[in-house]
Amino acid sequence: MQEEHAHVVPYATFVKVWACLLMLTFILVVVSRMFHEALSVWAMLTITPLKAGLVFYYFMHLKYEGPLLKAMVFVALATLVVFIGMLFFDISSR
Amino acid sequence: MSAGVAHTPAAHSDYQGAKIGMWLFLFTEIILFGGLFILYSAYRAKYPHEFHHGGAELDYVIGVANTAILLTSSLSMALSITAVQRGEKRLAMIMLALTVLLGAAFLMNKYFEWGAKIAHGIYPNGPELMKRSAGEGLFFGLYFAMTGLHGLHVAGGVVLLSIMLVYLAKDRIRKGDHVKLENAGLYWHLVDVIWIFLLPLFYLAA
Repeated sequence: MQEEHAHVVPYATFVKVWACLLMLTFILVVVSRMFHEALSVWAMLTITPLKAGLVFYYFMHLKYEGPLLKAMVFVALATLVVFIGMLFFDISSR
Repeated sequence: MSAGVAHTPAAHSDYQGAKIGMWLFLFTEIILFGGLFILYSAYRAKYPHEFHHGGAELDYVIGVANTAILLTSSLSMALSITAVQRGEKRLAMIMLALTVLLGAAFLMNKYFEWGAKIAHGIYPNGPELMKRSAGEGLFFGLYFAMTGLHGLHVAGGVVLLSIMLVYLAKDRIRKGDHVKLENAGLYWHLVDVIWIFLLPLFYLAA
């Protein structure tokens, strides 16, 4: 059997993660509708990656994967972040 | 390579290899949408006010409703995989069917949303949009391109998950052999992640 070592995530874990995701969405919407632009940009830059991280870590089982897959995902995302960082560096120095 | 190597069975399956292959595909998707996010950021920096006005014209309630729909579909997808791993086929099928229905509901909302904008002449080269400034043209151009590409991914996911539902019914996906469902789930979750970023970029841009 190939998959004996595949981790079985309990139902309750997923339901809790889902509740967190909905709550974070609610906070993001409230902050971006009610508060000043600077705060809403910061909320977007922190809450959105946090939500994506929760989906990657729990729903996509990354938490239960080995170091190889974790490293691969890290390198791919880091590459994208470097390019986005270079873009903002370019824009801010114009 | 030839001498002394034990024969592998014909129905060889490589659980880890299959998942790594799926992730490699997902990386290409991340870079595909990442490029569009970079394009969006560059134009938003150049036309902050126009993007602000464009965002104000989108109905954030629809955007947030679609977020809740996709997040819930991700939950039912993940629950379906746990159910298969536990050998609870009936629950797995119900959860997967729910995922498909929620995906279809998302596309339905998108259809009405796009339809309303197009009816008002707001679409690339549309009569109303042509009267506006270049910055607003770019905002709505990116809106249609990015939510459109994402919508195609949702439609593809709905078809893929429907096929998985048939596999599940025919026991081609079962306890101990569920990597197909897991990989389809990875794809579905990534589509959800992309939407998580699209929500603040377009609907909460005002």
